[in-house]
Amino acid sequence: MKSLKKLIISALTVILVMSAFTYYGCSTKKGSTGPIVGDDAPSKVYVPPGKYDEFYGFFSGGFSGQLAVYGLPTGRLFRVIPVFSQDPEKGYGYSEESKPMLMTSQGFIPWDDAHHPELSMTNGTPDGRWIFINGNNTPRVARIDLKTFRTAEIIEIPNSAGNHSSPFTSENSEYVVAGTRFSVPVGNKDVSIDSYKENFKGVVSFIKVDPSSGKMNIAFQLMTPPYDYDLSHAGKGPSHDWFFFSCYNSEQSNSLMEVNASQKDKDFIMAVNWKKAEEFLAQGKAKDMASTYYHNTYDEGTHTATSEILTSTKILDPKDCPGMIYYMPCPKSPHGVDVDPSGEYIVGGGKLSTVIPVFSFSKMLKAIEEKQIDGEMDGIPVLKYEAVIGGEVQKPGLGPLHTEFDGKGYAYTSMFVSSEVVKWKLGTWEVVDRAPSYYSVGHIMIPGGDSKTPWGKYLFVLNKITKDRFLPTGPELPQSCQLYDISGDKMQLLLDFPTIGEPHYAQAIPADLIMKNSQKTFKLDDNKNAYVTRNEKEARVERKGNEVHVYGTMIRSHFTPDNIEGIKLGDEVYFHLTNLEQDWDIPHGFAVFGNENSELLIMPGETQTIKWIPKNVGVIPFYCTDFCSALHQEMQGYIRVHPKDANVQLTFSTGSKPN
Amino acid sequence: MKKITKIIIISISVLMIAAFFLPTWDISLEAPQYPEGLGMQIWLNKITGDLGTINGLNHYIGMKKIEPDSIKELTIMPFILGFLILAGIIVGALGKKKLLTLWVILFVLLGIAGGVDFYMWEYDYGHDLDPTAAIIIPGMSYQPPLIGSEQLLNFVAHSYPAEGGIILIAAGIISLLALGYEATFNKTKTKKEYEKKDVKHSFISSFIHHGLVHHKP
Repeated sequence: MKSLKKLIISALTVILVMSAFTYYGCSTKKGSTGPIVGDDAPSKVYVPPGKYDEFYGFFSGGFSGQLAVYGLPTGRLFRVIPVFSQDPEKGYGYSEESKPMLMTSQGFIPWDDAHHPELSMTNGTPDGRWIFINGNNTPRVARIDLKTFRTAEIIEIPNSAGNHSSPFTSENSEYVVAGTRFSVPVGNKDVSIDSYKENFKGVVSFIKVDPSSGKMNIAFQLMTPPYDYDLSHAGKGPSHDWFFFSCYNSEQSNSLMEVNASQKDKDFIMAVNWKKAEEFLAQGKAKDMASTYYHNTYDEGTHTATSEILTSTKILDPKDCPGMIYYMPCPKSPHGVDVDPSGEYIVGGGKLSTVIPVFSFSKMLKAIEEKQIDGEMDGIPVLKYEAVIGGEVQKPGLGPLHTEFDGKGYAYTSMFVSSEVVKWKLGTWEVVDRAPSYYSVGHIMIPGGDSKTPWGKYLFVLNKITKDRFLPTGPELPQSCQLYDISGDKMQLLLDFPTIGEPHYAQAIPADLIMKNSQKTFKLDDNKNAYVTRNEKEARVERKGNEVHVYGTMIRSHFTPDNIEGIKLGDEVYFHLTNLEQDWDIPHGFAVFGNENSELLIMPGETQTIKWIPKNVGVIPFYCTDFCSALHQEMQGYIRVHPKDANVQLTFSTGSKPN
Repeated sequence: MKKITKIIIISISVLMIAAFFLPTWDISLEAPQYPEGLGMQIWLNKITGDLGTINGLNHYIGMKKIEPDSIKELTIMPFILGFLILAGIIVGALGKKKLLTLWVILFVLLGIAGGVDFYMWEYDYGHDLDPTAAIIIPGMSYQPPLIGSEQLLNFVAHSYPAEGGIILIAAGIISLLALGYEATFNKTKTKKEYEKKDVKHSFISSFIHHGLVHHKP
């Protein structure tokens, strides 16, 4: 009996314990782990229907090659701007007009790895005119016009092999920089990879930006030692004349770099006095170097891109330019190099460092003056660490990467390895708060957080690992962004939202600086496209040998012409389509059955061209892809394709009246 | 005419010059898809606003295109108003009450004629519809109101005088009031005028009479 009682008791115990586990299991199944979000969090990220977000957010797409535009703080995705990658949705990189945008000295490169967006600035404050973004893979810098939210210009960076420390700009966007991530034997030399130290160089480019048009041109390039230039930021206020670049691989290794480039205690932050560089350039110290590179511009008047092929750059060698460049030793393999709003402090993000080193600009000037120099590298003096360091943040966490500022005396540094953001005080270097990231944060962003005037209300945390944060979507997950409220003493988690591609950095700006300038339509009267058709009477089809040019119009809800006969196998058909609408938000799409190209999405008043090569005899339909009106489904037409040797004339019509 | 009446008539005539530089009538359309608004402004000599969009939308119901070049009123109206203004200034300067009466009547008649013409123009656009139009609703016509608001399919059409129109209407009302004022408070002068006329009349008649007398053998 006793043993039976024991058995019953132990059975009951097991059941109890099991149900407790079951209960626990149920309660955690609903979401991933994380801190409790405050009761007021929902209201802080809620924007009622019909109301607008407070900020525009621009998040790079990383390997998507594009730039995403979000409303903040809601995290609502508004638009993906095609920049370096073809976009069949909009016809970008497929239409005849936009194809030249993706031309490079390597040919048509329909993709890139877009890392860092950077808003144009006036007096150190984002002005909402343009946003720049780098292409890391095939070195390029793009400028996007924020009136149209379209890529206006792409310039290729010659003598560079991975455009990572880019496209950071000086206080009035006088310059956009582009430092190479890979050092290479400049000039495509056929040399042994082992001859790295002798033959390889790191080239850092300075792109001048026209203050009124935004047009970019490479003013000069610096030929520097073969390190890997990682990130950059311009000085501000007292440090206005300077740019700072982080670099790793001061070991100058060329293989198994995760080990070989992590040996030295300190790498460098390179300080470049660009005003001095301008002086040396004016003195004729630069050498011309033959370099072929493309400069592509998109004209909103002709709705057409053109490519210019440039053949030379001006190279400044630090050996000929004393006082132009200094190295500051920085522990250890630094990533971020971030200048505080005052322009005095330069924060290095040593990935493998146990401290966050903060350099003092005034001490740097003093060290230069007092010649506190500890050797040199290829003619570049290395300043003494003790002479330039302003302070060190002790025990910040593991893997400090990147720092932004709130304009209230605090800095926020991302910690990749310990997966958190650390808030610390400038001047006292004490850590005052820390908040987890989900998971492994890369860059962070505070609106205006790298400028002179941060709008220090929100912190956006761009994570590299997502895992269980959202509903699973198979092996491939979106990247996740966390939003923290930083208006109080403690960081408060408000929201998680997924992002496109892999954002490596982001920018944000108060909405009113941009929305007032946002263009609604293109004026048909101002359309200077070579193939514009201004009204239906001018619509026509013309043959030039085996090229057939369709000058067509689109208006709700028909194409003119919509019946075309007389096209033969072997013809190349160019559809030049003009959207005659002048009404806000009435684009028309255009798609042809079996076109190996993409569709077109044409804005009111715009002309775009798509090429189509018919492959079969028969009657081929085309239609509008954008639901434009109640009779959108009726917005369609036919093209008759005849055999190659058919003796036929081109005819075209709309409605019952054949032309 | 009293001095104050002269001043008023000249002032409103001069004020009406502003109607050349301001829209006369405003037709605005409201629909869920047009939060930014949609409308057209009718001036003396032109039509501005979202004409292209309105024409584009109207083609679904088979309405004729509104083409300012083919609307003859837009070439006549500036001359009519110019004449009215010039006449007003002259009437004010001469100060003849009879001329004032004539001018006010002309003004009011032209105003009514303008309204009738506008109504007929609206009627024509609203009723003369293409029988092959995509949208045909039996019994439905699309005439916007002369003045006021009306629901036309998904649109609410509002038709009201614009700044120039308000000035013209106000000028018309003031001119009527001025005439009324003259009729009520300027009777003595009227009498005098009549007397003057009577004197003249008697003088002439006496002259004729005399003549007749003289010539009579």
